[in-house]
Amino acid sequence: MNFMQILGENPLIGVALFVILSPLVGAIIFGLDRIITARMQGRVGPPVLQPLYDIFKLFEKEKMVIHESQNFWIFGYLVFIIITGALFFGGSDILLVIFALTLAHVALILGAFSSGSPYAHIGAERELIQLMAVEPMIIIAAVGFYEVTNSFNTLDIISFGTPLILTLPGIFIGFVYILTVKLRKSPFDISTSHHAHQELVRGLNTEFAGSTLGMVELAHLYETVILLGFIFLFFGLAAPIIGLIVVALIYLIEIFVDNATSRVKWSLMFKSCWIVTAVLGVVNLMALYFI
Amino acid sequence: MAYITKSPWIIHYDASSCNGCDIEVLACLTPLYDIERFGIINTGNPKHADVFLVTGGVNEQNKPVIKNIYRQMPKPNVVVAIGACALSGGVFRECYNITGGVDKLIPVDVYVPGCSAKPEAIIDGVVKALGILEQKREAMKKEAGN
Repeated sequence: MNFMQILGENPLIGVALFVILSPLVGAIIFGLDRIITARMQGRVGPPVLQPLYDIFKLFEKEKMVIHESQNFWIFGYLVFIIITGALFFGGSDILLVIFALTLAHVALILGAFSSGSPYAHIGAERELIQLMAVEPMIIIAAVGFYEVTNSFNTLDIISFGTPLILTLPGIFIGFVYILTVKLRKSPFDISTSHHAHQELVRGLNTEFAGSTLGMVELAHLYETVILLGFIFLFFGLAAPIIGLIVVALIYLIEIFVDNATSRVKWSLMFKSCWIVTAVLGVVNLMALYFI
Repeated sequence: MAYITKSPWIIHYDASSCNGCDIEVLACLTPLYDIERFGIINTGNPKHADVFLVTGGVNEQNKPVIKNIYRQMPKPNVVVAIGACALSGGVFRECYNITGGVDKLIPVDVYVPGCSAKPEAIIDGVVKALGILEQKREAMKKEAGN
């Protein structure tokens, strides 16, 4: 617990580690993702650091902007994602983390809406539907954490004595279900796809080019680290090694599902997310009162 | 550092051809050739692309389309013409509706001959185009410096 005490007294250490390390960690996760995907398809696949090369390349390209306000919104998206992670890894209030993440996505959606492109508009509308589909589950997860640990602080949640998954199994499964939406993976990659580059042109990302797209990709690396950190909270420091293994396993399952399924219609995604939330999330919350 | 040669994203457009060269372009993406090894991704969006692959001769109907795609690609970018028709119009050269090769319309950097061009030749052409892409990037950087 020594390390956690240091982090608890100096939250800036966690923030600094997140800001500096997560692009690299995220890039390695995505690089391995692309290699494993390629192997599943009988291909060799790109180098591990390919996601970083892609981002560096995008910053080398000409700045091509449809509307000046795009720069503002997308920069806001990146900044708010970093703030979300800083709050999360700085041990701050988890409700604040959730709403900062939503705010970041609102900036991304406004960026897509600011161009006149019909493809970007459809992508932005679908991103709104995605947000609506996942938000209840994320908030229920936060409420579940509070019911068990009596605190909204991520630092208190992560250093709780027993692994939270023992009391929150339903919420855990529900959260993993909506993680597919958040990671932009098939079958729920309806606003813009992570791998397929030719769906509705590129959905949400259609009108972003050069460094603007680079910022979107960079923000996505940060976001993946935050989301996997969120999964880790279910194990916390009570079972850190099992937690890391489960996080890796869940990501592997996500890759498998991504490769094995085709995209569903938005209504099916929306309904299934809310049904999972209502059944697993709410029942789990209600069960907490009887324990 | 030239990251652009490590992650060239391509967009391909099939002008009026028999579709043979187009299928050979897609063959490069299959497990046998797997161009994603070199970081190459096939995009459907000109705004994300660095390399423009054109197959088939240019006719009156797709002139504006090719120009439009080319104009929407951020600099630095390169154009690769693939197959006899894209080079000169091929066997359709004398047809009333064919303008000729792609270079009549937009500047072409690499010509890949063949009817149809083999996937190996297409990959070779794209690799040659990467050298030109790097030169263009350096020229762009110099211009920005001045």
